Amino acid sequence: MGLTSNSTGFSAASSISVAKRSSDDRIIAIAGNPNVGKSTLFNALTGMKQHTGNWAGKTVATAQGRFSTNEHSYVLVDIPGTYSLIPHSAEEEVARSFICLSNPDAVVVVCDASCLERGMNLVLQVTEICPRTIICVNLMDEAERRGIHIDLALLSKRAGVPVCGTSARSKKTLSALTELLDNADSSAFRPNEIRYPAAVEAACAVIEKQLRRTLGKDINARFLALRLLEGDSELAVKTAQQRGFAELPEDIAQAVEHGLQILAAADITRDRLRDLIVSAITQTAEDICRGAVEYSDPHSREADRRADRILTSKRFGYPIMILLLLAVFWITVSGANYPSKLLSDALFALGDRLTELLCACNAPDWLVGVLIDGAYKVLAWVVSVMLPPMAIFFPLFTLLEDSGYLPRIAYNLDKPFKKCSACGKQALTMAMGFGCNAAGVVGCRIIDSKRERLIAMLTNSFVPCNGRFPMMIALISIFFTGAVGGFFGSALSAVALTAVILLGIGMTFAVSRLLSATILKGEPSSFTLELPPYRRPQFGKVILRSMLDRTLFVLGRAAAVAAPAGAFIWITANVTIGDATLLSHCTAFLDPFAQLMGLDGVILTAFILGLPANETVIPIMIMTYMAQGSLTELDLAGMQALFTENGWTWVTAACTIIFSLMHWPCSTTILTVKKETGSIKWAIAAAVIPTLIGMAMCIIFANIANLFI
Amino acid sequence: MNTKLTLNDIKVGESAVVDRLLTHGDMRRRLLDIGLTEGAEVECIGTSPAGDPAAYLICGAVIAIRSEDSRDIIVRRKNT
Repeated sequence: MGLTSNSTGFSAASSISVAKRSSDDRIIAIAGNPNVGKSTLFNALTGMKQHTGNWAGKTVATAQGRFSTNEHSYVLVDIPGTYSLIPHSAEEEVARSFICLSNPDAVVVVCDASCLERGMNLVLQVTEICPRTIICVNLMDEAERRGIHIDLALLSKRAGVPVCGTSARSKKTLSALTELLDNADSSAFRPNEIRYPAAVEAACAVIEKQLRRTLGKDINARFLALRLLEGDSELAVKTAQQRGFAELPEDIAQAVEHGLQILAAADITRDRLRDLIVSAITQTAEDICRGAVEYSDPHSREADRRADRILTSKRFGYPIMILLLLAVFWITVSGANYPSKLLSDALFALGDRLTELLCACNAPDWLVGVLIDGAYKVLAWVVSVMLPPMAIFFPLFTLLEDSGYLPRIAYNLDKPFKKCSACGKQALTMAMGFGCNAAGVVGCRIIDSKRERLIAMLTNSFVPCNGRFPMMIALISIFFTGAVGGFFGSALSAVALTAVILLGIGMTFAVSRLLSATILKGEPSSFTLELPPYRRPQFGKVILRSMLDRTLFVLGRAAAVAAPAGAFIWITANVTIGDATLLSHCTAFLDPFAQLMGLDGVILTAFILGLPANETVIPIMIMTYMAQGSLTELDLAGMQALFTENGWTWVTAACTIIFSLMHWPCSTTILTVKKETGSIKWAIAAAVIPTLIGMAMCIIFANIANLFI
Repeated sequence: MNTKLTLNDIKVGESAVVDRLLTHGDMRRRLLDIGLTEGAEVECIGTSPAGDPAAYLICGAVIAIRSEDSRDIIVRRKNT
């Protein structure tokens, strides 16, 4: 989760290019079912920091990393999880294209030791394309605890490829894999071939022969032939294109016709063929695993089941979700108070020193203004007001993610989403939106149906991201719960914030439903969702890592976006045209409309200028008020005084919170929607829909509330 | 033969064996991929708070399936 260069630096399925540094580099692809620990293994080997989480679909894009042993240097390519090489979704398409088209030196198929047979299905499909396959049976420790014992030597003999056992969370077990990568020679790879029924083999042989004749001997003829028989010509076309053909050559198409006739003579329809193929694979996988896997404890999942009986029960399922949300926010609110105060004191004092320093150097007033009152102060606000809640919330969320609870949320919410003709997995992308809406939009790749994926993308910003809710927290504590203070104060703030979030989730449902009934009409498609075993999160590691990650990310953005924005505002606030400054021209222009929404021109200006990064909205607002008025202290009390002085009431605060919840997402998110959908139209829709709804809500709320004042 | 037992008839705690799938296209493939092949053993281990979907233990993994989909999976009781 989260917007790091790793999670947004994705490449489209067709354009994966591997960065070799020397011709000796070996390219290794890591494949496997979803959620078997591929990314953990990848991180452990390369020392990189791909985000990991305990749920299927966590990695939706390929990542590359390097590592070397004494023998060789390797380029490791982490591929999104897939159940089979016949893709249903964008993420599985990435996996298949890479293995089929980029000819890696070896493929490591990572299997979950607790569900080896299913992993073996994928192994068999991979070996059909690339015989240089290594089976890495991961999560051995977890399987041991469940009383599952695996005979790796027997497995290797049966499968005909090297096998190693690892527990990717403990690095030392990885030597088994690196030794295999270094030492296995070509004689070690004699994979067990899947035998299909006679008619299928005969039909396949005809096409295989023609494929080799037309496209050359170095192709995976058998695999391509099977896919062509299934009616999936995409890969064959891509392979033909790699060899200079414009489309599938005519003689191959004829061979496919011939093959299909053979099948028809044996009364095998396309559906039947698929079944036969899958049954053959499953049968072979079963044969390989038989005797190699031993279960000594039939009740091994009892603890998980007990947890699920509570966490997904009729009575407690929903209340627990809300309580968890509340708890996370309460820890965030109360935990952020102190560091926030500390940072603001320190940064404010530093600002004073810097001013003195600049004045001592005889710097002109305007330079001090641009640098200190502009750039530095906005940056200081982002760091002191916004950073602490972000740096606390993020690790908490990562813990939830690591535990395996997130898929349970999707499980619990599937029915409501289905009622809106959407997909339960939207709950997962919504949850990712709390961290970062752009990451949430990328995460929508886990949703198979294109229509449901679009719904999830367009509604993702109704969940306030990490950059937005600290602002809500600040406004809630200033205008609604500030008088209470202490323990109850932060508890009340958490309750209020949870209510706001629930409003956002409610809007997600409402808008999903509206979209399904209008521009994205359709029935809910079918879905399967894996509920992984609960895992104890690696507390220390997760908290430190994600806190550091988030802090660096926010600091980076503050430097890149907030500081220039601050400088810009200072300039506009001090350049006078006619009878007023540029800034007051602008705020005055927006003011009438903003007033209608219960806001004022400054607030709306701040939202507009905050487009590149939502965490700058409040700092820009403060900056703007200060540029027009007097200087105040940097804490919450100071903010309250400043806002009240500028005509804020609780209605203004409430409308600002509503508009913050529902307006255009940040520019990164909008660009991500464009990238993911390939359409500027949907990117605009992703900005316009929440904005219109937010405006309408603000207008309605402000006008009703003003009747009571 | 309209009294066929389907996966959504299987109550929490009960097990069954897959007989055949009535679904087509992508969903069929998906179900096969996750291990719902003929002869595979399935146990229903719970339902979501809203009653649907239900969670099944298939091939060592827990998978949630909606009733619309499990209705198309014909099963037979274990040991009968």
